[in-house]
Amino acid sequence: MNIMDKLTILAASAKYDVACTSSGVERKGQKGGIGNASSAGICHSFTADGRCITLLKVLLSNSCVYNCCYCVNRRSNDIRRATFEPRELAELTIQFYRRNYIEGLFLSSAVIRNPDYTCEQMIKVLEILRNEYRFGGYIHAKAIPGADEQLIRKIGLLADRMSVNIELPTQKSLQLLAPDKTKESILKPMALISQSIAESRSELVRYKNAPSFAPAGQSTQLIVGATPETDYQILNLASALYKKYGLKRVFYSAYMPVVEHNNLPSLTTKPPLLREHRLYQADWLLRFYKFDASELLDEKNPNFNPYVDPKCSWALAHLDCFPVEVNTASYEMLLRVPGIGVRSAQRIIRARKTGPLDFDGLKKLGVVLKRAQYFILCRGKAVPGLKMSHESILRGLLSDRSMRLMDGEMGEQLSLFDDTHVTREDVLKCLTGQI
Amino acid sequence: MFDRPDLIYRYDGGFEGLMCCVYESFYKREIPLKIIVRDEAQESLFEVREIATDIKKATRVKGAIKEKISGEALKFVYRAFLADLEDKELCILRFLILGFKCGAKVLRMLTDDRVAVLYKAVRHLNNEAELLRGFIRFSDFGGGLFATIEPKNRVLPLLKHHFMSRYPDGCFIIYDKTHCLALVAYKGSCRIVQVEDFMPPSPDTDELQYRAMWKRFYETIAVEGRENPKCRMSHMPKRYWAHLTEMQPIPDIGGLTGGSLRPIAEG
Repeated sequence: MNIMDKLTILAASAKYDVACTSSGVERKGQKGGIGNASSAGICHSFTADGRCITLLKVLLSNSCVYNCCYCVNRRSNDIRRATFEPRELAELTIQFYRRNYIEGLFLSSAVIRNPDYTCEQMIKVLEILRNEYRFGGYIHAKAIPGADEQLIRKIGLLADRMSVNIELPTQKSLQLLAPDKTKESILKPMALISQSIAESRSELVRYKNAPSFAPAGQSTQLIVGATPETDYQILNLASALYKKYGLKRVFYSAYMPVVEHNNLPSLTTKPPLLREHRLYQADWLLRFYKFDASELLDEKNPNFNPYVDPKCSWALAHLDCFPVEVNTASYEMLLRVPGIGVRSAQRIIRARKTGPLDFDGLKKLGVVLKRAQYFILCRGKAVPGLKMSHESILRGLLSDRSMRLMDGEMGEQLSLFDDTHVTREDVLKCLTGQI
Repeated sequence: MFDRPDLIYRYDGGFEGLMCCVYESFYKREIPLKIIVRDEAQESLFEVREIATDIKKATRVKGAIKEKISGEALKFVYRAFLADLEDKELCILRFLILGFKCGAKVLRMLTDDRVAVLYKAVRHLNNEAELLRGFIRFSDFGGGLFATIEPKNRVLPLLKHHFMSRYPDGCFIIYDKTHCLALVAYKGSCRIVQVEDFMPPSPDTDELQYRAMWKRFYETIAVEGRENPKCRMSHMPKRYWAHLTEMQPIPDIGGLTGGSLRPIAEG
């Protein structure tokens, strides 16, 4: 089989893994080698689905001995199989890297023969890159559950980031859909990685030249919509992973029906993209906006509002905290204003040191007032001429997409209301938490 | 400072030259109507004063900016100079007049128009440089790498550091077609030179094969059922597509279907 065919098969098999970042590590290029790493990460292209490409994301092999029913590569599926030779893949990575197509390699694999053998093959690729080419670019490697600890450690010393995908948010779902995996087999390597990262960090403090273990940290992925978990369950799990295992990122992947199976949604199911989007927004709030998962959802309201983003939803449920005075509000409070992001909040803090801000000033700073105007005051005053009617607030807070949703154009995608005729009144009630 | 709506400064287009215009303006206590570059066509209804570039004067102005405003302000002004902004010279002069009056806090006066206009332009420059770190596509010509870009801003000085670090021993050229400049790097040293026009040699079979494989990878990795052209466009604006390998039609290359690629020695 030629390399073009292998690339096609093994990229197609890897594409449902949504993680694609090259962030978290800063490394200068070394003489005699090739490649550097930039801590903010660099996007090299964007696919037709609007997602960033930063790494050459492929499987080493898609010949899997497992039979997880949500997975395209499961043993019983009738698809073309391929396996890269380690050297062939290393060479391809370098050639793509030279041309600035990519920041590095994202290497994962189906389980060939057994987990240990699979890891050994992966290590070969990484060793050729790091030791022969002296490749200083980014490497993200998947830990294969069930592999020997020593092999996982070895991968961690060669890679910048490691990940173990949880995929299914509860043990029950895991049993149902991935009978070859257990919760323990997933959490064990995750714990090992997080422990090795912590050890390596403390050693680096003491010895400058100690080898660093996955310096860009650890991430994981959860599939949304294949099983019946609520947003509340998923977000709580993510929050626990950030706290307990020190994860850098949790990725969410709207389930794409790729296989027909009794335990899975039917092939005609549309991927829950809006739900995935809301989870990413909430995840962002946990990581950068100092929100706690329990502030966003609870057992009574276990799912995100389809019409407004989680931050707006929080603000509407806490109207007693608003409006805030832009000239005196704390950074933390500014971050909680719908429509004000990290950059805007920082600019406000910077600019107000030289004098009081008014609404014109905010516009010059690049602060978008469309949504923020309902929640802020400048020097004690609201935006001149601001209408506080239901209709105008709705127009102000809802995105164009939500407006269309409400006007019924996308009504069939909603399961919130039994009646297909969603009235503005319903939406408003939903927004303010009365439903 | 007096406004002189009847006077135009003309300089060589370099940063040192602009610093000399600033020197002239402060020395004569006047603000010209316009500051133009020597080879630009201009309607000379008004008096045009040639401002000669004098490194000593430029150094004095730069020293004054650092001392009376801040080092950060000097860096900011240099970035503004690289940005794509109409009448940027005059904008920079007005910013510096304000800066010499207010000192270091001028960089926080984001709501003053004289500051805001430069901030916006610098933001645009920084964003474009950041995008191009990812969007630049090199072709390999016998071990040397060559790329063409058509940026709105003069981004080459902002790309230098990153690509020198990426290819520490490499030989590469990034050609800025818009501004007729090229970043030329050879074995660890580099400079930016003026280039009239440049036609890269035609690609060899290996180069064409890697382009085809990259395009194939690009197409394969997209998830069908999630198409979102609007989202792609906002992250990867169409004006960059002309130089993106994956957005070009792939020329027919025979021989790709049989055998594997032969390894290419690293330069």
